Parts: sequence; C-alpha cells; structure tokens
Amino acid sequence: MIELEQVGYDYGGGALFGDVSLSLPAGSFHFLTGPSGSGKTTLLKLCYGALRPTSGRVSAFDDDIAAANRDDMAKLRRRIGVVHQDCRFLDHIPVADNVALPLTVAGRDLVKEQDNLGDLLDWVGLTERADALPTELSGGERQRAALARAVILSPDVILADEPTGNIDWEMSQRLLRLLIDLNGMGKTVLIASHDLSLIRAAKSEVQARVLRISDNQVQLAGADL
Amino acid sequence: MSIRTIRRLLAGDAQSDRIVPPSGITAHLILFAAAAMAFLAVFALALALAAGRVADRWSDDLSQSATLRISGPAEQRDAQTEAALTILQETPGIASSRPLSVQEQAMLLAPWLGTDLPLQDLPLPQLIEVIADQTGYDTDALQQRLTDEVPGAVLDDHSRWSAPVVDAVQGLRRLGLISLLLIAGTLAATVTLAARAVLAANAQVIEVLRLVGAQDRFVTRAFVRRLTLRALVGASSGMVLGLLAVLLLPSGGEADGFLTDIGFHGIGWLVPLLVPAMTAAIAFVATWLAARQKLTEFS
Repeated sequence: MIELEQVGYDYGGGALFGDVSLSLPAGSFHFLTGPSGSGKTTLLKLCYGALRPTSGRVSAFDDDIAAANRDDMAKLRRRIGVVHQDCRFLDHIPVADNVALPLTVAGRDLVKEQDNLGDLLDWVGLTERADALPTELSGGERQRAALARAVILSPDVILADEPTGNIDWEMSQRLLRLLIDLNGMGKTVLIASHDLSLIRAAKSEVQARVLRISDNQVQLAGADL
Repeated sequence: MSIRTIRRLLAGDAQSDRIVPPSGITAHLILFAAAAMAFLAVFALALALAAGRVADRWSDDLSQSATLRISGPAEQRDAQTEAALTILQETPGIASSRPLSVQEQAMLLAPWLGTDLPLQDLPLPQLIEVIADQTGYDTDALQQRLTDEVPGAVLDDHSRWSAPVVDAVQGLRRLGLISLLLIAGTLAATVTLAARAVLAANAQVIEVLRLVGAQDRFVTRAFVRRLTLRALVGASSGMVLGLLAVLLLPSGGEADGFLTDIGFHGIGWLVPLLVPAMTAAIAFVATWLAARQKLTEFS
C-alpha cells in the first residue's frame, strides 16, 4: 500500500530522517511511537504526501508520490484517511456536513449517501450530535467525527496522528476499538502515538507491529512493548 | 480555464457553496468597490459616448459645409457673387450653393451687434453657403480658381477652427475610455486584494479541503463563485444608481451643448448593462488567479 524507501527528510534546520524504509502492506496494523519531536507526525505526512522527502522514494498504491501532481495528490487522499490530534473542521457547518465533506469534494450525491452517513455517525456514536457545530463537540467527539470523516470514502489506509492525545482513557479505548474494527474490515491502519499503555492495550486485541523512531531511524520495537 | 469550468462555476452547487464560510467585511468591500466602480464606469461611458456623438456630429456637419466670403468693393459685389456662384455650380462635389440674404446675415451678427443696427449701411461682405455632396470637392483647387477669377473671394471650409474643437472632443472621448480602463484596473486590483484577504482568512478551510481530497478546481470554484457573485451584485447596484444619476442630470433642452448632452441615447442605454457583466468577468479572473496562486501554498 505505502512504501518508504531510504527516505530522508530535512526540515531546514537539519536532517530529521536520514535513511528510513517502511512498508505498510494491505490489511496491516502499525503503531509508530517515539518521543515528542522525534518525527512521528512528519513521517505520517510523508506517507500521505503532505510533505515531500528530501531524499529517497515514497510510493502509495504503487505510484511514486514525487511524480504526482496536485490533482493526483487530491485523489490519493481520498484513498488515505487521516485523523489528526488537533483535528480541524469547517466550524460553520454541522458535524454531519463535516463528516460528509470528502463525499462533497469527490462530487458524490449526498442524497444517495444519506444512509451511509447515518450508519457512520451511528458507528462513531455521533447520531445525536449530527446537527451540532464542531465547536460544540467535546475532544472525544471531535476525534470520532474526524475518524468518521477519514473513513467515509472507505479509504484503503487510515493514518492517525496521536488520535487519543486530547481524550480520556475510556474514550481512547473506544476510538481504538473503532480503528481495530476498521482493520478487521481489511483497512491498513497506522497510528502514531506516544501512549504506550494504549499500544499495550491494542496488542491484546490486534496483531500490530510497533515501530519506534529513534536516532533518526525507524526500528521495530522490542519486547518492552 | 475551460468553458466547462466556467459553466460549472456559474451553475453553482449548493453543497460547495456552503463550504466557504459566511464572509465578513472583506466580501462587503468587494460589494462596495464593485458598486462604486460600476457607478463611475457608467459616468465614464456616458462621457465617452456623449463626446463621441458631439465629435461625430460636428465633424460631419462642418465637413459638409463651407462659407464663401465676397468682400470686394460694393459696386463689384453683385457681379463677383454671380461669378462665384457660377464657379461653384461648375465645381464637382458641390451639392448646392446660395447667397445668404441680408436677414440671414443680420441674424448671424445679432449676437454681437444687436438687431437694431442698419446693416445695409455697413460694408458687409456677401456670404455664400456651400454644401458639399458625399464625394466632396477639392478645396485647394476651388480656392485657386476663385482667387484667379473672383478677386476678394475667400473660401472658409471651417477646418481652421473646427479641427481643434473636434480634436478636443475626441480627446474627451479618449479620456472617458482611459477612465474606463483605469476603473477596470482598479477594480481588478481591489478584487484581487480582497480575494487574497478572504483566502488568507480561510486558510484553515482550504487546509481541511485539501486534506479530505479536494482538487484545486473544487476549492477555486467555491471561492471564485462566492466573490464573483458579490461583485456582480455590487456592480448591478452601482450601475442602476449610475443610470439614475445620469437620468437626473439637468437637460439643456434645445441647446446643442456637450455638457448638457452627457448621457445615453437610443440603443446606447443598453451599453451600461455591460458594466456588471464586465465587472463579474474581471472579478472572476482576478479571484481565480488569486485562488490558484494561494492554493500553491497548500500541499
């Protein structure tokens, strides 16, 4: 699905990565961990083309991201759902419309998608909050809305950047459950998180590879996790 | 930018229209700027069209007529007038010629000398009105023949004084057209600045749209449509106000003056309808370019 081959990234003040290789096969579940500032978010952004590597090659669905134009990138993002810690919404339209935003930009008929949208909101437990504005949601609700928005186009890959960073443990477990459910449907999932307890909790429920960013490299985490 | 893109933009999409937040002061600035520019454009158009009309009328009228002045001794004047009329009748390109009567000459002099003066006691020259046909005549050749055969006859084709006047009015027309270009340029600059401000204020919206897979044309369409429609509404209002103002300009009645003739005649009243359309087109292009440029800042 997504391949990073000897990828280097220089943010201008020095090299963040020197020679990172990573493969996210279809249907896999990965955690990416590491201390703050180690480059977890940068690595995720490289995966969905928000950043271009300064060296090496990133490919998604067998296409080199470096060769993709802006329209290609937009289409690529319809196949990669992204959830950020500080998930952003269009604050002037209701939650349901925000969740349906990928459908809108993809030119899909929202009337025909109403049932799917309703099911999705029900799945993330936001049916009652469908007409609320994003600013009226709690942290957990925002994360679930972001997840619903990320998966509404049924993408092949879901990338989550610290999705549980702003929510309590119970809500974290709920969100994790949703991501595990998605993986069970065959989606590839990569979660960047520094929350080791979350990773330990997940490992009991899903076969996940845990990767750690250390010394500008991505390594498979050891038995300490 | 294809015709299909423009058509889709004009057709609109309720969903994508909602994506751009209700705009604040910047969008109102576009509305006001478009209204003000359309108002000024209507006046510039009225000025240019009026100048054009006056220039054409004076140019046409005066180029068709000339005056022959017989100012020889009184005892020879009648004979010279007859000789001049004969020459004029023989000259190709002259449709008609006739000597002005004493009453007609008196009327011409009345503004300066009054009506009570006994003109028959004054050594006035005899004036002959010469009207050219569509082909016109050779002024130099006619003058030369008159000089040879009718000493004291002077042909005045009015070009000496009419040319600078027509040039001046043509200059006014050019000024009106330049004003229109400046108004269009100012509008484009204003809309561009306003569009940039709107796009900058909505950076988060664009970021979210790109994140969920919006192509540039989708984002561009949403913003361009919003701002173009505002410019169109503003320009339409300004045009209506401009037309009302032109209608309310005082009329000169029967007087044939440039300043009392600023306005639109006949089919000319349809010309201001182009102002909102042109404004919308300018806003469309300016916003489209600004949006395309802004979008390059987003991955």
